[in-house]
Amino acid sequence: MQEATVPKTELQTAGRSRAKFYVGGLIILAAVAYLIVSSFGAHAEYFLTVEELLARRDELQGRQVRVSGAVIGDTIVYDAQNLDLEFTIAHVPGSNKEIEAAGGLAVVLRQAVSDPQVPRLTVRYHGPKPDLMQHEAQAIVTGKLGEDGIFYADELLLKCPTRYEEDIPSQSKG
Amino acid sequence: MIPDVGYLAMVTALVGAVYATIASLYGFFKREERWVNSARHATMTLAPLLGLSSLTLIYALVVGDFQLKYVATTSSRDMPLFLKVTALWGGQSGSLLFWSFLMASFTFIVMLRRWDEDRELLPHVIFVTAGTLVFFVGLTTFVANPFEKLSFIPPDGQGLNPLLRHPGMVAHPPTLYLGYVGFVIPYAFAMAALVTRRTDPHWIRVTRRWTLAAWLFLSLGLLLGGRWAYDVLGWGGYWAWDPVENAAFMPWLTGTAFLHSVMIQEKRGMLKVWNMVLIILTYGLVIFGTFITRSGVISSVHSFAQSAVGPLFFSFIAVTAVASVATLLRRLDDLKSENRLDALLSREAAFLLNNMLFITLTFSVFIGTISPMVSELVTGEKITVGPPWFDRVTAPQFALLLALMGIAPLTAWRKTAAQRLGRSLWWPFLIAVVVVIGLFLRGVHSWGALLGFLLVTFVGVTTLWEYVRGVIARRRARGEPWLVAFWRLAGRNRRRYGGYIVHLGVVCMALGIIGTEFFQQDTEGTLRPGEALEIGGFRTVYRTLRTYPGPGDLIVTEATVEIYQGDQLLKTVHPKREFYQNTQQTMTIPALRSTMAEDVYVLLTGWEGGGATATFRVYINPLVNWLWLGGLIFVVGTLVAGWPDFEAERRMVMPRLTIAPQQV
Repeated sequence: MQEATVPKTELQTAGRSRAKFYVGGLIILAAVAYLIVSSFGAHAEYFLTVEELLARRDELQGRQVRVSGAVIGDTIVYDAQNLDLEFTIAHVPGSNKEIEAAGGLAVVLRQAVSDPQVPRLTVRYHGPKPDLMQHEAQAIVTGKLGEDGIFYADELLLKCPTRYEEDIPSQSKG
Repeated sequence: MIPDVGYLAMVTALVGAVYATIASLYGFFKREERWVNSARHATMTLAPLLGLSSLTLIYALVVGDFQLKYVATTSSRDMPLFLKVTALWGGQSGSLLFWSFLMASFTFIVMLRRWDEDRELLPHVIFVTAGTLVFFVGLTTFVANPFEKLSFIPPDGQGLNPLLRHPGMVAHPPTLYLGYVGFVIPYAFAMAALVTRRTDPHWIRVTRRWTLAAWLFLSLGLLLGGRWAYDVLGWGGYWAWDPVENAAFMPWLTGTAFLHSVMIQEKRGMLKVWNMVLIILTYGLVIFGTFITRSGVISSVHSFAQSAVGPLFFSFIAVTAVASVATLLRRLDDLKSENRLDALLSREAAFLLNNMLFITLTFSVFIGTISPMVSELVTGEKITVGPPWFDRVTAPQFALLLALMGIAPLTAWRKTAAQRLGRSLWWPFLIAVVVVIGLFLRGVHSWGALLGFLLVTFVGVTTLWEYVRGVIARRRARGEPWLVAFWRLAGRNRRRYGGYIVHLGVVCMALGIIGTEFFQQDTEGTLRPGEALEIGGFRTVYRTLRTYPGPGDLIVTEATVEIYQGDQLLKTVHPKREFYQNTQQTMTIPALRSTMAEDVYVLLTGWEGGGATATFRVYINPLVNWLWLGGLIFVVGTLVAGWPDFEAERRMVMPRLTIAPQQV
């Protein structure tokens, strides 16, 4: 560095430090912005309804998505020895407004499982069967749609229409 | 009858708070001391009134007055007494009332202080605190009333959600709320300082201990919440980047930034605007946090649409934010910096960088938390981000912060010579490199983990060295014995050395986080008695299963599992499943074999044929106990830093000293 040879006032040094600091700050801000945006590409999950997933199956095949639907009790097959779980979910509307308009989550779930016209999706999951895995429960599965049209879930969350007013973290995280 | 008294007290408190808000404003504009005094007295009635109100609700919970909707949904006849009492904060409306009570109590204490020196701040402090209470008590009076009655009297209540019946969850909300409401006090003083143009660091000094206390409680709340998740939720972890957790974490981040940056204002008269921004932000995040915690607006599938709480909270946050920022903008001229940044290598620059990282972290967490809401508005599709997103975005920022924590205490105010800094940094760095090479040779090949261990060792050594250096200097100067020198060193300069203890706590916590993030292992399988799962050098052998009735409607199924390492039996543990018949809810209670090296975390996830086979999931969580130990150290450090130091306070009365470069 040539700094020693150049006569300088304190003000100049201070000015230079500030400039350096701004540059450093901007670099950090840019890095964080990059991290946030690029991570969205890598780790964001689309939250979809069964209908949406099936409508866009080609585009979304193999992509990590999150789907929610109503569990149809008769379809639950569980192999306790190998921890293989299979079940079918029926489409429920995604927006809260629609759910409220239809009379609340419990009503929506009941309608979904009893109407054979509603789109359905078979889900496979490896792991212990959660206790809430029952008829008319709401399943939120995270995973990928396979080429065979079966959804391979690596995370399974179940919710029953609340008995408690609040939402607290669920126990069954895969 | 008695609940009516509680309701009446709550309504009276609302009237009192409204009166105090108006009277303080009137007194200020008319310059009439008696109105301000009247407002002060009105404010002081709020704590007793809301206390009475909370007590009657506790009474209703304990005796089981199930006509009250709140009691019917959170209490039941067979719940133990302490749970009935703590059900006060088990539901939304009760916890909002409790929040208001805590807020009113803090305000009460503030009102008691001697205001001789800063009389002009009083009306504004009253305005902010009482105004905040108007909002919260207004909520419990009109929107989420804990004293709301049902048209019939149910024979029994639902009882508290079993997930919340854990000591950690019993203590977690009050500590978190104390942290939340604590930050309202420095915010109130900051606003008062702005309006009255008393923008010297006086407001910071007055509220320093409030800030520290708020910060301590918030930290404790986060720790307890993590421990609760670890003990109760049964997925082997302690932090899931859940919106509720994030909501408590964000004000902690901005609060931590504030704690650091006020030091610059005190010592150098810089960053005045910035400190205002930080405290305004923290206040906003506190309200936002209370809202998220109590509404589940983001995570919940069945959103909070039925109640008007959501829009009201957002309006309140918006109004206070706009008002605060407007006040700040009008006073920008008074907040001119007294000094400028002299050098890149200086304590000031280090603090600035620290602040920036805390803010970018807050922003990152915020973006991740609200991504489903925002993306739905923008693209019509709900996009959620999970823990991998948060880990990837925040880990580099945390790593930088950690590194900074090692370097910053060694820098001097104004300017540090690079050589000098290098002299004190090269050997801790060398030690860290040696440790990392050792770890690498012993088979640790994850780059992230190695970098983590490098930072932890480096920062640990430099922080400890600060202590050793201080003790040696005292010994040399005064010939004190080691222990005396150590005790007096920390005792005479509590703020600084308390801060370093906190840093040490963070180092330990980082160790625990690195251990679990990089080296957690898990396995699962269905076993017959005598069979075992093998993982990470441990063997967990399933022996027996038994089912027995617990208190109330509870049925417990408990497995006996032996944990072996090689042929040696380490511990016999009992992972459990608790089934609550009334609500058909099951809890999975893990069993642990805990050492500082690792936890073996065993879950019973299912069984067939009365125990002919049982399914287990086993986690190995390396170093996780360093996290809890670090948390304890952290708390001790904060207490040391905040402990009243009367000697120092006398010194503080003197005008700010010019700080020599050497004096850190």
